[in-house]
Amino acid sequence: MNKNLNKIIGSLYISCLFMMGCGTDDTQTVATFNTLVAEDNFDVDGQINTSFWNFDIGDGSEQGIPGWGNNELQFYTDRPENVTVENGFLLITVREEDFNGAQYTSARLQTKGKIQQRYGRFEARIRLPFGQGMWPAFWLLGDDSDGSIWPQIGEIDIMENTGDAPTEIFGTVHGPGYSGENSISKAYTLEDNRVDTGFHVYGIEWGPDYINYYVDNVLYYQITPEDVDEETDGEGEWVFNDRQFYIILNLAVGGNLPGSPNAETVFPQTMVVDYVRVYEFTNAN
Amino acid sequence: MKMKNIKHIDLKTICSLTLVLVILSSCERDLSDEAVFATFPNTAEIFTDSPVGLTDEFFTSFDPALGANPEAFGTDDNVAYEGNSSIRIDVPAPNDPNGSFVGGIFLDRGAGRDLTGYTALSFWARGSITATIGLVGFGTDFEDNKFAVERSNIQLSTDWRKYIVPIPDPSKLVQERGMFIFSAGGLDIIDSVPNGNEIGYTFWIDELRFEDLGTIAQLRPAIFSGEDLIEQGFVGSTRLITDLGATFNASNGEDITVGPAPGYFDFSSSNTNVAFVNELGLIEIVGEGTTTITGQLNGVLAEGSLNLEVLGSFVGAETPPVRDPADVISIFSDAYANVNNLNLAVFNDANVQIQTQNFNGDRIVTYDNLGFVGLGWDGTNNVSDMTHLHIDVQLSSSTNPALTVELIDFGADNSDGGGDDTGGGFTIPSSELTEGAWVGIDIPINAFTQPTGGGFSGSPNLNNIARVVLVSNGSSFIVDNIYFYRE
Repeated sequence: MNKNLNKIIGSLYISCLFMMGCGTDDTQTVATFNTLVAEDNFDVDGQINTSFWNFDIGDGSEQGIPGWGNNELQFYTDRPENVTVENGFLLITVREEDFNGAQYTSARLQTKGKIQQRYGRFEARIRLPFGQGMWPAFWLLGDDSDGSIWPQIGEIDIMENTGDAPTEIFGTVHGPGYSGENSISKAYTLEDNRVDTGFHVYGIEWGPDYINYYVDNVLYYQITPEDVDEETDGEGEWVFNDRQFYIILNLAVGGNLPGSPNAETVFPQTMVVDYVRVYEFTNAN
Repeated sequence: MKMKNIKHIDLKTICSLTLVLVILSSCERDLSDEAVFATFPNTAEIFTDSPVGLTDEFFTSFDPALGANPEAFGTDDNVAYEGNSSIRIDVPAPNDPNGSFVGGIFLDRGAGRDLTGYTALSFWARGSITATIGLVGFGTDFEDNKFAVERSNIQLSTDWRKYIVPIPDPSKLVQERGMFIFSAGGLDIIDSVPNGNEIGYTFWIDELRFEDLGTIAQLRPAIFSGEDLIEQGFVGSTRLITDLGATFNASNGEDITVGPAPGYFDFSSSNTNVAFVNELGLIEIVGEGTTTITGQLNGVLAEGSLNLEVLGSFVGAETPPVRDPADVISIFSDAYANVNNLNLAVFNDANVQIQTQNFNGDRIVTYDNLGFVGLGWDGTNNVSDMTHLHIDVQLSSSTNPALTVELIDFGADNSDGGGDDTGGGFTIPSSELTEGAWVGIDIPINAFTQPTGGGFSGSPNLNNIARVVLVSNGSSFIVDNIYFYRE
């Protein structure tokens, strides 16, 4: 009896998944990432934990990608006006000001060489800004210390939002054969809720041959090598089993994706991060 | 007998208990737990397939005497967004004998509703054409309209579309009777001027209700259209806080601005010895000094403010002498009979701020940041027998004043345009203009010889004078006693 019931429930569950279909075959692989290996809860006011974070400074020119590759309008700084910790939150603040030839300043933090790993659960609890031109992101880039270059190193965008769509975020992967405008992406719309009025948890569970995307308690997207094959007619290469990835948090303004701010866009505005956590892949149980 | 006794004792006991309670709680002014307010129904629906909890008349029209068309409102059982009926509004043409526009309110049939749990009024609407409805909102009850909210100019689609009117501060709406207000006039596809060439159309409204939407956010209130104004005032005068707004961001990223009643705001004056503000947004100036008037809505500081400099009580211009009525043609003065239906700004530049004030029967007009303004009235006047134009002006700004007075004559056709209009100006020497002091200027009637800003060549005809125009460079003036006279 019990077994039969389980079978029935099991098949019901599978058919539900098929009905919600979001790609190839939605038999999602779910692992348990129960070992916390790194976290920043932003507990020390006025200090960015530099054993965790590096700052990316400038407009991308020094890195050889002016406008950070997307014609973005901001100049990133490490000034407290643009990035600080207050009351247990990381504040990344975009300001409208003339600064080193740019119209806006903001901040971008990353963990290259400090916090990086292959696979795991990466999540952050964030409240986003709003308005045309805002482009906050929580994302991962592959370690390029072996001399590989993007998109070969891979990019996993855990959460991106454009401020003109305050109820919607999207998760994306970039790799060889599916980068930039041809990246593979899915949007998720919050139910009767917004990204700028409260905190939401944005995360991925990433293991061999899959990346699962979730917002709060909702798993909304799984991407696998089969999806990449299908989206790219077999041209794309799965590069997410190869190397360690590091974390980036930034608030961009303007550029190819969101477009420029307009007269109604409010400045300054702040992306508020409660925590960033990284869990490890374990095979316990 | 026994019963009575017992009752008596009970009352005493209760009284003393109450006293104790009062004493115990007197150190704090919070309401005790025992104080429970009456609550009112929180019914969300206003119209679904039929009116919900509205008065028997359902629709209360604006006054037909003002042109409102009470016949243009009804329901339609053939059209619905959901269910089987909708509200149907047939916007009349301007020449409709029943009235040239349609508008009115829906009132709750009871004592009012508790809307504190909602964040917006919402409805679905579609139009027979893509016209614009001038006004939708709620909170108007044709009594105090204390918490009225208006959203202007919503664009219809020929398919159903959802519209929302955010509630600026739901906590204010504990007992609201004004469920809905709308007003619509004909669509003008020719010149956007209300001149009778508009066309009628039909629009439908369905699923009209209050909602608790989690997607309306980012309240940005404003007073004085978000501008920081600097003005001078006089002890004893009043000034209304105007141009109230509340901008929200909706789920589609669109900003929606509504006009809330003053009752939603908490106004304050930084120096209440100079001025204070009441809940209707009326500033009363009570003393000399400076103060800054600001506002808050639902705890958010409003953009915009008024910095008031009060130098003292108002001192009027010198009272004009008594004259034979035949020797005066008065435009604006309390000493003489004036022209009919004076309009203190028939036309004006975009920056000038115009305000009239009355000090014990002495009516004055202020033109702040004056570029130009034209005063007009009913008909035209023959001033050719007069010898002078008199005007009292007090400069109220400090730097490089300039003031030119112009006359415009409409010519024999007595109408604006027509090829026979003439005009001319006279520039008051700036040395005559002193900040804070009245000066009486008497301009000889034949001295208006300069070309005008409007393109007339000077020395106008004087038989059909229709406008007095004041031209400046952004200076500010108080003006009184504009009249023609003969010696």
